[in-house]
Amino acid sequence: MPQNEHIELHRKRHGQRLDHQERKRKKESREAHERSHKARKMIGLKAKLYHKQRHSEKIQMKKTLKMHEQRKTKQKNDDKTPEGAVPAYLLDREGQSRAKILSNMIKQKRKEKAGKWEVPLPKVRAQGETEVLKVIRTGKRQKKAWKRMVTKVCFVGDNFTRKPPKYERFIRPMGLRFKKAHVTHPELKATFCLPILGVKKNPSSPLYTTLGVITKGTVVEVNVSELGLVTQGGKVIWGVSVDEDKAGDHGHAD
Amino acid sequence: SAALIDMSMMSSDVERLLIQFQDEAGEPLGSPFDVPLDITPDKLQLVCNALLQKEPVPLAFFVRGEAEVVESLRVCVKALGVETEAVLPVVYQPQAVFRVRAVARCTSSLQGHTEAVISAAFSPTGKYLASGSGDTTVRFWDLTTETPQHTSRGHSHWVLTISWSPDGRKLASGCKNSQICIWDPVTGQQMGKTLTGHTKWITWISWEPLHLNPECRYLASSSKDGAVRVWDVVLGRCERILTGHTQSVTCVKWGGDGLLYTSSQDRTIKVWRAKDGVQCRTLQGHAHWVNTLALSTDYVLRTGAFEPADATINPQDQTGTFEELKEKALQRYNKVRGEAPERLVSGSDDFTLFLWNPAEDKKPLARLTGHSALINEVLFSPDTRLLASASFDKSIKIWDGRTGKYLQSLRGHVAAVYQVAWSADSRLMVSGSSDSTLKVWDIKTGKLHTDLPGHADEVFAVDWSPDGQRVVSGGKDKCLRIWRR
Repeated sequence: MPQNEHIELHRKRHGQRLDHQERKRKKESREAHERSHKARKMIGLKAKLYHKQRHSEKIQMKKTLKMHEQRKTKQKNDDKTPEGAVPAYLLDREGQSRAKILSNMIKQKRKEKAGKWEVPLPKVRAQGETEVLKVIRTGKRQKKAWKRMVTKVCFVGDNFTRKPPKYERFIRPMGLRFKKAHVTHPELKATFCLPILGVKKNPSSPLYTTLGVITKGTVVEVNVSELGLVTQGGKVIWGVSVDEDKAGDHGHAD
Repeated sequence: SAALIDMSMMSSDVERLLIQFQDEAGEPLGSPFDVPLDITPDKLQLVCNALLQKEPVPLAFFVRGEAEVVESLRVCVKALGVETEAVLPVVYQPQAVFRVRAVARCTSSLQGHTEAVISAAFSPTGKYLASGSGDTTVRFWDLTTETPQHTSRGHSHWVLTISWSPDGRKLASGCKNSQICIWDPVTGQQMGKTLTGHTKWITWISWEPLHLNPECRYLASSSKDGAVRVWDVVLGRCERILTGHTQSVTCVKWGGDGLLYTSSQDRTIKVWRAKDGVQCRTLQGHAHWVNTLALSTDYVLRTGAFEPADATINPQDQTGTFEELKEKALQRYNKVRGEAPERLVSGSDDFTLFLWNPAEDKKPLARLTGHSALINEVLFSPDTRLLASASFDKSIKIWDGRTGKYLQSLRGHVAAVYQVAWSADSRLMVSGSSDSTLKVWDIKTGKLHTDLPGHADEVFAVDWSPDGQRVVSGGKDKCLRIWRR
């Protein structure tokens, strides 16, 4: 037999005292007085701890009471009409969030119409040549150093063909050529992977703009015809200029 | 007719054809007529008007009731492959005598609402404009100066639906807190008590037609709680409660023959007798929620005793005793209705529409398929010959109003089309969409007439005034735009 069940066992075998319920009730009703007496008479560290515990209990009780009170009365929250008024025919339908609609439309065919957006050029640290371009040594004794290789992500157009290797000064490696960009809409917090149309301006140097190098702060044009956006003038938006957030493949759309 | 004889003598070496003019019901007009094969619609019109011996009206001609005569009879005959030996029946359709001009520019952008505009409607004569919005107010706008006139406060939640009485003297508005208020457009004050009784929001309000009761005393309201109530606005109490639907009632229409038609999310349409509230018929067939109903006589019931052909530049109130108004309204109603009873079209979430003859038959006349997304609104043209359906698949389809045959698709919107409105002469239609533009379509050519951009956000409500001068559109960007020629 386990050690700690002797009280229960005794109760089961012999039952309880005849006035057990009465005594229990009276003892419980005395408890409040006893607690208060204890709280008044205690001193020292023990008292501090006890008071802290009692205080937190009191706060909890107050909170639950307030909650019950709130449930009974209808407060001003119900008077204020909620936002997002929709007509009757849209009421029972869960409004698809715009972001979801746009991401669904990505899969559709392209639409026509131009609409370019102007993006203010951000102030970024200009990247020096040593960062962006790496010197490539050529020649029988590896002495000639006139070739440069781009070390950042770049965009070349569709109709790009390399110059003959003997004459090409700037090498853009195939591994760093990107056609698509992940564009995040700042309001909708949705990201879309859209094809790049071209590099509009690289703030570091016009040379990088012509090369198509994409670094931090570069303005890049992307093709948003799949999103089916319409301007207030009624034109369908076809391209959008995007700020590069970091030299990688993420950017904000405007 | 002397000119006609000359004409027929001149072109004696051209092939000739015997045609028999018929009206839309199939009754022949006059005897078979001998005409050259390359006759144009204008000459046909001269002949027909001469035979009709009434005031000349513009007419459209349809060979055998199918192909319209656009350039000459020869083209139609070739297209249909008809024998030139037999008598060819040519159906003539009188078009509206007046011509509504397309709207082209936004004359004003009315601001004032502090939340999205969810419903907008012109009064039957086109004199007043009212709009209901998510800011719980109903606003009346002065059309001559295009400025706000009254702001009517009384609702406690979004004003979902508004409806003008057919005499244009009262406006009923229903809100999301299931209350209905009646407003006076002249003063902007509430008339009578607020009508309460529904337990959930009001989805549609429909007044009793003018020719049944010129006092405009009764209206029917449908609600999400599945009940339809008939109210007496003078006494401010509910006359009758029609229960039977098990889910939300999406639309209620009071027909001109004293029948009430209700559509519901429980996929059925019920026909009730308005006098005693007895359910006559249940029309089943749809596979999903029935969103919208349209009656062929909708437009004429809406305008009551006002004839759009008599419209003046400054719209006026309807004057006359109750009897006069009732007589006029009854005449107009009988003319539009013709011999056949009213037709009903229902559009549903199952991407199809049904054409019904609800007064007589439980079976549908036709099932109109073709849309690839749910149908939001259906509307008969004012002359009941055409039917337009606006759908979330970005297209509007035009169907024949009598048989339900598919005629054409109007594409151009880049997002769901929410509402459409016909012009009073049935030649033009305007549509408002979720892509924030409105488009005016020319029905005869089936092409886009004008694109009306300007709203900053979705367009929720569109209406064309019955006198044809203005189009109003309201949307999520909280402003109401008026478009004119």
